[in-house]
Amino acid sequence: MSAPLLLKGGRLVDPSQGMDAVGDLLLVDGKVSAVGGTIAGPEGARTIDCAGLVVAPGMIDVHVHLREPGREDVETVASGAHAAAAGGFSAVCAMPNTKPVTDNQATVGFVKRQGEAAGFARVYPYGAISVGQQGEMLAEFGEMVGAGAVAVSDDGKPVENSHLMRTALEYAQTFGIPVVEHCEVMALAHGGSMHEGLISAKLGLKGIPGEAEEIDVIRCILLAKLTGGHIHLCHLSTKGSVDLVRWGKDQGVNVTAEVCSHHISLTEAAVEGYNTNAKMNPPLRTPQDVAALQQGLKDGTIDLLVTDHAPHHYDEKEREFADAPNGIVGLETALGVNVTWLLEPGILTLGQLVDRMACRPAKVFHLPGGTLAKGSIADVTVFDATREWTVDPARFKSKGRNTPYGGRTLKGRAIRTIVGGRIVHELDG
Amino acid sequence: MTMLGKDLLGLAGLSREQITGILDVAEPLKEISERTIKKVPTLRGMTVVNLFFEPSTRTRISFEFAEKRMSADTVNVATAVSSVSKGETLVDTARNLEAMRIDMVVVRHPGSGAARFLAERIESNVINAGDGTCEHPTQGLLDLLTLRDKLGSLEGRRICIVGDVLHSRVARSNIWGLQAMGAEVAVCGPRSLLPGAIREMGVQVFDRIEAAIDWAEALNVLRLQLERMEFGYIPSLREYNRVFGVTRARLERAPRDLLILHPGPMNRGVEIDSDVADGPHSVILQQVTNGVAVRMAVLYLLAGNKASLAEVAKTGGAT
Repeated sequence: MSAPLLLKGGRLVDPSQGMDAVGDLLLVDGKVSAVGGTIAGPEGARTIDCAGLVVAPGMIDVHVHLREPGREDVETVASGAHAAAAGGFSAVCAMPNTKPVTDNQATVGFVKRQGEAAGFARVYPYGAISVGQQGEMLAEFGEMVGAGAVAVSDDGKPVENSHLMRTALEYAQTFGIPVVEHCEVMALAHGGSMHEGLISAKLGLKGIPGEAEEIDVIRCILLAKLTGGHIHLCHLSTKGSVDLVRWGKDQGVNVTAEVCSHHISLTEAAVEGYNTNAKMNPPLRTPQDVAALQQGLKDGTIDLLVTDHAPHHYDEKEREFADAPNGIVGLETALGVNVTWLLEPGILTLGQLVDRMACRPAKVFHLPGGTLAKGSIADVTVFDATREWTVDPARFKSKGRNTPYGGRTLKGRAIRTIVGGRIVHELDG
Repeated sequence: MTMLGKDLLGLAGLSREQITGILDVAEPLKEISERTIKKVPTLRGMTVVNLFFEPSTRTRISFEFAEKRMSADTVNVATAVSSVSKGETLVDTARNLEAMRIDMVVVRHPGSGAARFLAERIESNVINAGDGTCEHPTQGLLDLLTLRDKLGSLEGRRICIVGDVLHSRVARSNIWGLQAMGAEVAVCGPRSLLPGAIREMGVQVFDRIEAAIDWAEALNVLRLQLERMEFGYIPSLREYNRVFGVTRARLERAPRDLLILHPGPMNRGVEIDSDVADGPHSVILQQVTNGVAVRMAVLYLLAGNKASLAEVAKTGGAT
């Protein structure tokens, strides 16, 4: 057990207990021992001056791709968890589209153990909804949950069969886990590679209409309504999706939703010049969509922020746009992007930002953390909400360099990431 | 002198002056192809690679004639015989060619943006000979030259592009080129084959070919790719011809004679009837002839950005 940590004089921002005040935080034996006010450290405690910094519950990213097993050349659980820690995340949820697919207890257990061995951010595995993500037979949710899975998803491959989705929503209730859907009607997306509109028409790229997402959003909401199951909708990208989720919540449906940092900061215009680092699925949309997503995040329609961290090899992105793979890395830029595009313009308050990046993810996915309440796990993110820095992909801990933010100056950076009372990332240190 | 950059990737973004400049250079070059000895030494010593990742007959041959009539050394690389089929990437292929010290690459590729992708990564001049559904600038230029030959100024002229605009790089190059020249542009075709954002591109839409014919001074009739039907964009070629086919009967009801252009190859009896294609107002073969001149002009102008070659061009190679 590491020495007690005393974080002195930071701005304690913990919406889970309505806290926003300058004070101290004491972490002992992997737990929060005391929070708020002036705390005297016990014998042997390491004291860290946090004046001018935000001290918040450890941030959690419930949507990352760590590529192991299968594509260890582009990311491993260890390199991904290291990147997470460097970005201020104390925990991540790893999507199951690995090779082989994480659709069984053995692979779930493997991913979890790799995370524990790495010792950076906590790694919670997802299990697949269907065997091999094939959309045909349910995977063994029970055994996967037993091995450490916290949710199920066929992310990247929408569950096309509505009966299978219905069954998944019912069966998942047995184990108290959310069913997580990448919303896309593939037949309507029809192989498109960016948002459908004037820019796609000009670039001669096949577009994906927002409706390809929205039709699946409403289908999932209705199936959750039918079953009473918990549906969590991945990376919403359109105004229509926000409106539909708002309707679902008004109806009392157990629906939660996430948005990626890139979808609240960039538009389809980033694709111009055939920038493959602006190619992702769902695609970057219009300024109106970005505004609606920001608003949805503010009013709580969208519960939380994620990265959809998706490392790809340089060679895979260095090619013709339509043939390049979807996705960007995000763990090491998310906090800066969210501060720059949400906090700075006053769309979210600091408390709301911490809520959407730490508290809500824990709550929605039933994970430990997301709070600095006494007795809770000592997962803490210490960040500087005013620090400006320039993104240099070459310095990423992730193996992936595929980011559209390279060279951009962002505001807001993680200074320390603490997991179970242990410092796993320290900037400049 | 018209200044083009290093490359010709598309007509989007080119000014009226730049396009006029290219057409003006092409004009006197037409005559070279009419000579008994169809050759000038302008590009002597220059190496051009025609890098074709898609089947093409007329564009590749047109470029090859243009290059040879300017005395460039040319090499044709087609996918079937290149290392692309062995898994080499586009950029590796081009860099290997460049390592053999070439001057220009004429590239045809099924991916939109591929020509630009290449141009940003190699030092040689890149001429886009068609990239996916994005642009086919030399086709656009030869269409403009043909229209200019017949109509004089294009300012205020009404040109309608007919057919599968959604998948057509020719349509996009035409739209940008014609708009830059001050023409009014319309399209006519089934809505399933028009981009949803077509009006935002500053283009008028006709749902009826009769209305388009009534409005236009020239029709640029696009080739209907036969696989569009298989992918469900239209129900049948028969219906396409009945609703959108450019037929003599329809043209005879027009208030004026219309120029008929087609980028080829034609599906006779589908988008265009034979008696129109071969009729008195068809300029389809003049387009082909002008294609060589326009490509000579582009080669010449891009080569002109290299000091040494500009020197050669000035002296006609007599160094």
